[in-house]
Amino acid sequence: MNNLLLFATSSPVRQAAMFILLLLTFSSFLVWLLTKILPQTDWKELTLRVRSWWIMATVFLVAVTVNRTLTLLFFALMSFWVLKEYITILDTRRADHRALFWAFLVIPIHYYFISINWYLMFLIFIPVYVFLFLPLRLVLTEKTEGFLSSAAKIQWGLMAFVFGLSHMAYLSIMPRIGGLPSSGQTLLIFLVIVTEMNDVFQYLWGKSLGRHKILPLVSPKKTSEGFWGGIITTSVLSLFLRFLTPFGVFETIFFAFCIAVAGFFGDVVMSAVKRDAGIKDFSNIIPGHGGALDRVDSLCYTAPIFFHLMAYFYY
Amino acid sequence: MANLIRAIFFVCVIRPIMGFFIGLRVRGRENLPQKHPFIIIANHSSHLDTVAIMNLFPLKFLSRIHPVAAADYFNRNTIVSFVSRLFFNILPIERKHICHNRNPLDAISAILAAGSSIILFPEGTRSLSGEIAPFHSGIAHVAKQFPIVPIIPVYMSNMWRALPKGEFIILPFICEMNIGKPIYPDGSKEEIMEILRNTIVRLKGESSWQ
Repeated sequence: MNNLLLFATSSPVRQAAMFILLLLTFSSFLVWLLTKILPQTDWKELTLRVRSWWIMATVFLVAVTVNRTLTLLFFALMSFWVLKEYITILDTRRADHRALFWAFLVIPIHYYFISINWYLMFLIFIPVYVFLFLPLRLVLTEKTEGFLSSAAKIQWGLMAFVFGLSHMAYLSIMPRIGGLPSSGQTLLIFLVIVTEMNDVFQYLWGKSLGRHKILPLVSPKKTSEGFWGGIITTSVLSLFLRFLTPFGVFETIFFAFCIAVAGFFGDVVMSAVKRDAGIKDFSNIIPGHGGALDRVDSLCYTAPIFFHLMAYFYY
Repeated sequence: MANLIRAIFFVCVIRPIMGFFIGLRVRGRENLPQKHPFIIIANHSSHLDTVAIMNLFPLKFLSRIHPVAAADYFNRNTIVSFVSRLFFNILPIERKHICHNRNPLDAISAILAAGSSIILFPEGTRSLSGEIAPFHSGIAHVAKQFPIVPIIPVYMSNMWRALPKGEFIILPFICEMNIGKPIYPDGSKEEIMEILRNTIVRLKGESSWQ
């Protein structure tokens, strides 16, 4: 009873941490139960997955709660690592070396603009200045064969993994909304929990009830049952996270729905990237999940869309 | 003093570069030798190759590991020569002006006979891609002369993308090292060269990227 009271009165961030703790404890318990009930089935992958979730959730919560510098550093490193995984699996040319160097250099500059809260520059730096400069840098090598393909690969990488993901960083420094306890920080936690829940539930529904494939040639495991099951579960569960947001019931469901759909888009687009490169996972840095990019692929879509919905409706 | 500087350099510069920036992945670490002497042979596509191999060993091993390097390249001026000796302990050998009373392999033999180890790139030069060029015969002579010294084959992928020949900016491509079991090749010079090259080609086939 005391604990419940504490839950109701503590700050939104602490409540969110408890929500995550509850979900993870429940999942760990479920996995433990499964290994006891069906000991002959191999649960190693699932066990690894859940263990990695514990680590990722802890790292994320520490990164977004301790202080602003750490939050920005965390997202900058995420952009760096993910861009690196993406570039590694592509077929780049020797002539792309210097352009790629500039592409990586964009990361600290872009996050610097976020840290000084320069909103307009945050919006246009990559899509305007960098996108005009990089093709020029490629042209300076005078290698026209494969030029367009290289330019497209590098720019798409920056768009998704630096510009896209950095919307989480910008969201984290947005101020409080009106007199409410919700701020950019709590909205960021809402966005990430809902996106990841959607990933998990699309997977679970697809795995258990999946019959009708949506895009079998891109991602053979995606089914309409998984898609709809994920969206509905996410929308319902997001109601428990209303304390992080200024939303009413209807708005919560609407925004969770948008995040769920966008998350699906991000997922299948990155699947197509992997399929084009002929690989299954981006790397093996997160046990049971694959590469870091396999984990944040949905966020590349959900972060900018949720950010701009918030910017339009609440800021 | 030189050993201390080298150790500090590896801990403060090389470890972070290899571990985080490049994000090097190592397969078959258990195949690494635990004691001197040994011979490491690897494909060669970047200056990072030598550094990555040396970085696999405990710091106290470093003073007795000598990468065999081309004298015409690494002795081209005093600074390069000094730095490569201080940090990487290189053994410069002549690959151009060879005559019978100055056999470049003598220096290698002397090091192995003294119980130290070498790193050797049998292709003789850096490749512009992951392709493995034909081997030079030097390694076969050494292997015949020291049949009890283990030869550890290594294939490294993506190093040529991270730091290609003729480039000085390192890019963070994820690289992978695949270390094979120690081999003690036997037979004629040609047979030894073929065994060694085939082993590296097989390691390449097992890598995540070719």
